[in-house]
Amino acid sequence: MRYLITGGSVLTGAGIHQLDVEIIDGSVSRLEPGIQQDGHEVTEAAGKWVGPGFFDLHTHLREPGQEWKEDIASGMAAAIAGGYTTVVAMPNTDPVIDAGHLARQIARTEPIRVIPSGAISLGQQGRQLAHLDDLWAAGVRIFTDDGHTVADAGLLRRAMEYIAQLGGLVAQHAEDPGLCRDGHMHEGSVSSRLGITGLPSAGEEVIIARDLRLVELTGCRYHIQHVSTAGSVELVRSAKRAGLPVTAEVTPHHLMLDHREVESMDPVFKMYPPLRSPDDVAALREALRDGTIDAVATDHAPHAAFEKDVTFEEAPRGVVGLETAGSIVHAAVGLDQAAFFERMAIAPAAVLDKSSGPIAIGTTDVIVFDPGAEWAYERPRSKSANSPWLGQTLRGAVTEVFTRSGLVSAIEEGVQ
Amino acid sequence: MRDLLSVDDLDRAAIDDLLDLGDDFVEVLGRDVPKVPALRGKTVGLMFYEPSTRTRLSFDRAAKALSADVLTFTPGGSSVSKGESLKDTALTLKAMGPHLMVVRHKATGAPWRVRDWTGLPVVNAGDGAHQHPTQALLDLLTLRRHFGKVDGLRVAIVGDIRHSRVARSLAGSLHTMGASVTLVAPSTLLPIDVDSWEVDSAAGIDEVLGEVDVVYLLRIQTERGGGEVFPSVAEYVSRFGLTRRRADQLPADTVVMHPGPMNRGVEIDPQVADGPRALVTDQVSNGIAVRMAVLFRLLTSEVPE
Repeated sequence: MRYLITGGSVLTGAGIHQLDVEIIDGSVSRLEPGIQQDGHEVTEAAGKWVGPGFFDLHTHLREPGQEWKEDIASGMAAAIAGGYTTVVAMPNTDPVIDAGHLARQIARTEPIRVIPSGAISLGQQGRQLAHLDDLWAAGVRIFTDDGHTVADAGLLRRAMEYIAQLGGLVAQHAEDPGLCRDGHMHEGSVSSRLGITGLPSAGEEVIIARDLRLVELTGCRYHIQHVSTAGSVELVRSAKRAGLPVTAEVTPHHLMLDHREVESMDPVFKMYPPLRSPDDVAALREALRDGTIDAVATDHAPHAAFEKDVTFEEAPRGVVGLETAGSIVHAAVGLDQAAFFERMAIAPAAVLDKSSGPIAIGTTDVIVFDPGAEWAYERPRSKSANSPWLGQTLRGAVTEVFTRSGLVSAIEEGVQ
Repeated sequence: MRDLLSVDDLDRAAIDDLLDLGDDFVEVLGRDVPKVPALRGKTVGLMFYEPSTRTRLSFDRAAKALSADVLTFTPGGSSVSKGESLKDTALTLKAMGPHLMVVRHKATGAPWRVRDWTGLPVVNAGDGAHQHPTQALLDLLTLRRHFGKVDGLRVAIVGDIRHSRVARSLAGSLHTMGASVTLVAPSTLLPIDVDSWEVDSAAGIDEVLGEVDVVYLLRIQTERGGGEVFPSVAEYVSRFGLTRRRADQLPADTVVMHPGPMNRGVEIDPQVADGPRALVTDQVSNGIAVRMAVLFRLLTSEVPE
């Protein structure tokens, strides 16, 4: 198929320009003003942003083992709806992705890329190393016990040494098990009134502070998942200033919402790390703007409606995010086009040494984002709908997604 | 008023109304035939997911004294042990036709969820460490009957405040009624972010003995001998226990209250518990009257007869 995106505001290596983009056989073949229409399927993009497909460092696809929540096919459909052309699948499936043959079963290249991550410890039990060489041979480059924290500093040190030698990346879900025991929400004025045991900010920060010392010790590349507190931002900032090989991500929900939402006691607002204070939200937005936090990552965590239809404390943790991330980040942080694609696509790909960048001849993943469009989030492509924004009208919509497979998504009449 | 979920939903006038009605029902309960036909034909559902003797019996007695029928659900030997969800249990109980549900559950917010699922009026009989509004009302009724008013009283709440729904409900409603509250506990049992509460706090019971009208003691969990939240029961008693020596230092008119069940010899000396200052049994009997008031208000304002 031959496609032509006309009149859009295109992110190129030489800045933002009004150009036409021709895509043939799944990659950009021409990039110039006024391309003659000649049998192309045309996308009118005047007033819209054209840039690289979003890259999610943190997706729970639930396959294998929890397919009633999500599977790879439905997760990819949700990703496409949200403008994602690459997602990194977290390994906390059933069974846990702690060996190469399991990782191979998850990898996909069409219509979008699914990149498996691997566990750090066998079964994410935090006791002995997963099959790191085997995972590496299967193409895994990012290792995490996400959902759990590698709490044993001795084990984490050995994992960092081993993975550093391979050339991989250790990603940590930072939650000190002692400080956060029995916690269900941010520890603060709201948890105090509700009588719900909290997860203190320090529960995240002590793990990051400790791990940064281990990064100094081992030289391993270290990625901090879903940073949620102002104190964590400061730790990342000083580590980067000191030249440590550290990257960090933040979720759309932590950029938009704070712990006052939990006053409703609605389980849709339960996730780990929890929604923090308004001051934390402000610090996260600033950190994303100034690059202290490299990337937006969704922590897309599907749960079935019946699983969330319980009390707050009994509910499973997590929210879905793939379909709404672009809209929420755009509304919460207000980045310009270049910074928006940097944080949603280019920087997250760079964390994993994957190619992404401004649109150029040969680019395969191109999306069109209409910053002014309003759309109703009413029909999730994900199997799950545990989102604070379900049923709401959001501003900023992904209208087209092109990958190696061609045009894989187009918005229909303001509804995704 | 459709539900009673939190004391935060009650302003001073609403509390006064319930206490006035509570006074009327204290009188009813003192009659030779302590029963009125006010709620004849109504059914009250009791969903008690936690072990509870006094609160469940009190609601049961209150409903029957108003001539209502009672449907009681407790999880022991029920479908809950077969994995039935709270929602399914609530809908099952609703299908048996109660006009109102009384809900006790270990998780914060459970009564709100039951209200949303069933559409029935709900009375919160204790959710997690969050709220227990009828306990607060019975304590206010007890104080008002004893002192003639609540406004201006100085109340010390002593014990495990962080994990106490009684403390949350009582502190909030005392503030609404114009009383002043001091929380007395080891810092590990004070609320997180105590500055966001409208109270004072103190680091030992001796600090408040001379200047309170009410010492309100909370049960201390001694099952594991302290250890996690304070070093030992003996050390707790040394700084926070209402011993006889300390009780003797209280002003003559100061009263002692406890929501029960008491640990005699831990938070309260056995002789103090039985002494003239103690209003503990008044609390229990006033609890029936105030629950009658709540059931009456919720079930008669809904459908005027």
